[in-house]
Amino acid sequence: MKKKSKFMRYSTQDKALLMIGYILLGLFVVAIIVPVIYIVIASFMDPVTLQNKGITFDFEKWTLTAYQRVMSNAQIWIGFKNAVIYSLVFTAVSVFITLLAAYPMSRSDFKGRKFFNAIFVITMFFGGGLIPTYLLISNLGLLDSMWAIILPGAFSVWNMIIARTYYQGIPGDLQEAAMVDGANEVVYFFKILLPVCTPVIAVLALWQFVGMWNSYFDAMIYLNDSAKQPLQLVLRSILIQNQPESGMISDMQSTAARAQLAELLKYATIIISSLPLLVMYPFFQKYFDSGIMAGSIKG
Amino acid sequence: MSKDAAVVSGGKSGKKSAGLHNTILYFKQHWQLYVVFLLPALVLTIVFRYIPMGGILIAFQRYNPIRGIMGSEWVGLKYFERFLSSPDFLTYLGNTLKLSVFGLLWGFPVPILLAFLLNRIASTGIKKKIQLVLYMPNFISVIVLCGIVRILLSVTGPINLFFGSQINFMTMPEAFRTIYIVSGIWQGAGWASIMYTAALSNASKELKEAALIDGANIFQQIKAVEWPAIKDMVVIQFILQAGNIMSIGFEKAYALQTDLNLKSSEIIATYVYKKGLLDGDYSFSTAVGLFNTVINVVLLLAVNKVVAKMNDGKGI
Repeated sequence: MKKKSKFMRYSTQDKALLMIGYILLGLFVVAIIVPVIYIVIASFMDPVTLQNKGITFDFEKWTLTAYQRVMSNAQIWIGFKNAVIYSLVFTAVSVFITLLAAYPMSRSDFKGRKFFNAIFVITMFFGGGLIPTYLLISNLGLLDSMWAIILPGAFSVWNMIIARTYYQGIPGDLQEAAMVDGANEVVYFFKILLPVCTPVIAVLALWQFVGMWNSYFDAMIYLNDSAKQPLQLVLRSILIQNQPESGMISDMQSTAARAQLAELLKYATIIISSLPLLVMYPFFQKYFDSGIMAGSIKG
Repeated sequence: MSKDAAVVSGGKSGKKSAGLHNTILYFKQHWQLYVVFLLPALVLTIVFRYIPMGGILIAFQRYNPIRGIMGSEWVGLKYFERFLSSPDFLTYLGNTLKLSVFGLLWGFPVPILLAFLLNRIASTGIKKKIQLVLYMPNFISVIVLCGIVRILLSVTGPINLFFGSQINFMTMPEAFRTIYIVSGIWQGAGWASIMYTAALSNASKELKEAALIDGANIFQQIKAVEWPAIKDMVVIQFILQAGNIMSIGFEKAYALQTDLNLKSSEIIATYVYKKGLLDGDYSFSTAVGLFNTVINVVLLLAVNKVVAKMNDGKGI
């Protein structure tokens, strides 16, 4: 009822404009959903039909072959395991260090604040670049170690600014009260400040986790040992380089059958590898607004 | 409390020693801020950000990994000259600039438009559901996104099947930019709209009501209520993105490259990677990377200045 009356208040011209707007929005939503649905349906299809006719809806012919083949491949699971470990460790280390550093930087009475801020902000715009960083990692003996992809990005200046802005929005009396009670900085930070910062911690953790889970460049240059490769590198050889993991298709007799199967495996690989994050992110939706607003305005 | 103590002690001795005394007292009371809170971040920044800046020196040397930076021969600007005079220079610079400038021009307005439209949806339930769909592509990885793009556009893929054509889009240099930019909007526009949507929903309720009572039409409402609510944010986002034009990401360009579309898909970032890590030409690669970084910094400062002028002196 209320909704209707609000819409009725618009003039005819405005209503037409709104309709065009809603149609555009609808088209955008459809454009997002259609490719996803296509991939899902195609992943269940028989490879020969898929290649010759595209998507059909004779469900009797649907098969789980692609999923079975992908799931029974060891390299996919190694990739999954590594991605989980790297993403969790990276998120924990990175969020912790960033939250810590943001605290002194949020206090106006912190001596040297401007100096440290300059040191941090410069790195947002200027850096050594690929080769000097690579040589450093190599000299530190971190090649083929997970710390090579975790430590260099573990402190994010941008996230520090977001956390700092969030801290500054928290009333100062909390701190005064704690200090009067004899708490020192460390106690105040962990016992009083952090518990009221859940939204920003959730958002930073989600960003860092998703960022590590989805990236491949650092792993590609620093981790050559296939036992250490994260999921995205395994996906890269299947989806981008058209090189399915050995064993996935090798039992097929003809080259054509192998090529068709390789194509089908891509669909199942996409679904299996994307599912964890796609299932997870809706649970974080309530934190998106507050967390992002915290960092976006004062910058 | 600490201030009172400092003033008292300052009164007793001379000015200079009082300042020193204050400082010592301050660090005695606040050492945790430096050692517990700041130190880890500072160490990481110095090791992984500042030490590589020193490594830039190899751009001016014929770097020999065995001899190291101290022992390698200095060659001045040789590698910069080699890059600037090579026929590929303009191609790669052009590819980089076109990809990000067109990406910015096409991509920047979309999230703002989405936010305006979302803001006009009265039902919170529907709005939340639409947002959930709009955010979804952000959680798909670059590799999977490019995998999907390659599947949809392949010669035997659904688009060719639908039109009965046999066009191999991924091998066409003239299709690369469109593919890159459209898939970028598909993936990022919804997510980028979050902050605008949040700002719009915080826009002054009284202003909104007043505009409605005055019988303002949609354009007038946008001008009076909604645009002022997001204007600063739009400016900041534009500066940040325009300033980052040269630092366009490696990952996606590399994952959409094929041997045949390199004419438009080879950007400076991918060239630096290939020259440096695949060919082992460390010094040349570093020189090219430095050239890129410097242009980026200059652009950022320039854009900031221009926007500050247009925006009553307010930049970042």
